[in-house]
Amino acid sequence: MSTTGTGLLASYEYLDSTVDAIEELRRAGFKEITAYAPYPEHHIEHALGYDQSPVRVFTLVGGLTGTAAGFAFPAWTSLDWPLVVGGKPMLSMPAYVIIAFELTVLFGALATVIGLFINSRIPNLKPSVIYDPEFSSGRYGVYVQAPSERVDEARRILNAQEPAELREGTEAAHA
Amino acid sequence: MATSRERGALTHPDVHKLSDVNRDILKILSRPGKGWWMLFGLAAAGVGLFLVSWGNQIVNGIGESGLNSPVGWGVYITTFVFWVGIAHSGTLISAILFLFRAPWRQSVYRAAEAMTVFAVMTAGLFPLIHVGRVWHAYWLFPYPNSRFLWPNFRSPLIWDVFAVTTYFTVSAVFFYLGTVPDVAAARDQATGLRKKLYQVISLGWQGTDRQWHHFGKAYIFLAALATPLVLSVHSVVSWDFAMSIVPGWHATIFAPYFVAGAIFSGVAMVITLAVPIRKVWGLEAYLTTKHFDALAKLCLLTSLIVLYAYLSEFFMAWYSGEEIERTAFWNRLFGDYWWATWTMLTCNGLVPVMLWFKRVRHSIPALFVISFFINIGMWFERYVIVVTSLHHEYEPFAWGIYRPSLTEMGIMVGSFAWFGFWFLLFTRLLPPVAIAELKEVLPPPLRKQSKEAH
Repeated sequence: MSTTGTGLLASYEYLDSTVDAIEELRRAGFKEITAYAPYPEHHIEHALGYDQSPVRVFTLVGGLTGTAAGFAFPAWTSLDWPLVVGGKPMLSMPAYVIIAFELTVLFGALATVIGLFINSRIPNLKPSVIYDPEFSSGRYGVYVQAPSERVDEARRILNAQEPAELREGTEAAHA
Repeated sequence: MATSRERGALTHPDVHKLSDVNRDILKILSRPGKGWWMLFGLAAAGVGLFLVSWGNQIVNGIGESGLNSPVGWGVYITTFVFWVGIAHSGTLISAILFLFRAPWRQSVYRAAEAMTVFAVMTAGLFPLIHVGRVWHAYWLFPYPNSRFLWPNFRSPLIWDVFAVTTYFTVSAVFFYLGTVPDVAAARDQATGLRKKLYQVISLGWQGTDRQWHHFGKAYIFLAALATPLVLSVHSVVSWDFAMSIVPGWHATIFAPYFVAGAIFSGVAMVITLAVPIRKVWGLEAYLTTKHFDALAKLCLLTSLIVLYAYLSEFFMAWYSGEEIERTAFWNRLFGDYWWATWTMLTCNGLVPVMLWFKRVRHSIPALFVISFFINIGMWFERYVIVVTSLHHEYEPFAWGIYRPSLTEMGIMVGSFAWFGFWFLLFTRLLPPVAIAELKEVLPPPLRKQSKEAH
């Protein structure tokens, strides 16, 4: 993507203005759009055309790894020092189910967090300069990276929805 | 979607704008107040008592406790089970009610989740205290050692190690992730050192569409993993007892009975904590009588399950025709520890009957008092299970009486202070009410006041 453009950040008071602005920008063919919201808003995700999140693959793989480890580890330790009690089988699968269950949850949860971190690009302690503290309070935001010849068009679309504030700056590609 | 929003508008009729939430919740972080410092001082003194008592036991040995044959499990195990149980309702409210989309959970869940994490932290100390020689506590975990020894995976005690450590890790992660967007909100209002600190804690969260999208999915998966986990943890704790052949412990009803009791005591603890939070920080618009009514109903339901379990235990002891089992339960009611059993029955079975009345459920002082009774009753329930069963097993010559020592009482009382210490710090450092999730159930600000959803 070209990074020699202008970044425009509009802050909106209303949800419908935000959604309309995003849809207009997408219709006009702008690709690098970032929306900000104080809470997860599915209308915005819808407007941006989000698909399934790949986090679920992390959860699944982590959980299955945990299940396998939860059976394999007690089985291996039981065989590592064989201790036959009452002529019973060496491997007590029913007992291992509990270990396998706990490790499924543990590994699944930790893998979910890893998946979230990778996909959301956090932790990110030096984030973009363009940000409005109101986004964590009551305002929605739309950021668009426009190539230099299309800046006017992007500005017009954002302004059409009457933003509370519109800021511009030449920035490198936005996270 | 529209329905949850409308319900949210009903549960929070006095919250008008999204930014109101930030204003009302974040102000909690900026004013310590005299009451907070007094409570904090009290908690710190209690932690001192805890350390002195435990130090006494570490230096002088486990003989400082009242534990001896035949009662080798006493106040420590009782308090361990009590705190694990307290933890459970936090996960219930944050994970299970999240999956069921209960519209009233938003206001209370952050405090409940913090309660979970700190309660497991407290509970986790008790096995270490109980084993006596705490410097050998790492023997609990399977680790490669020079003698090639591994734990016995057929033992419920090692199941417990796995269950409790998993529970602590997962609930801490779940709690922390939930706070991330709210800490970012706190960061955006803070200045100086606090801003830098919050920037690190919030991982640089900005609330972009990409972040929210994956966050929402990750949160659902964590909730879906935490839901069976919470049911499993207290089941495993109950198997510490039920897998043995001690009369009064060896019962198949133990797992569901323990889980219901855990949620019962935990919800009571949520009420105990939510009432002062609401009062001190003026959160009446966020924690309404509707929330307390829902919590009280949950208490009532679980108290009925617990009462059913008590009665069925007594019935089964009689119906089994087993002399030893019958004696054990007769001994519970009329033996040396009759007072503990009757305290348990009164606090857990009788007092919650009042919750059938709407007037009681809508009276916050009444709920506050009842929640104390339930907390006391649930502690005694575990005491009854642990002590009355052990002191009066099979052989009459092996019967004996257990009396908790001062050291044990000091540690038990101190554990409440330790829990309070962390909880008080939490209310000052992290937003104690979930800001972003509350906004999800508020009606969104619209330019066109039409409400059609696509």
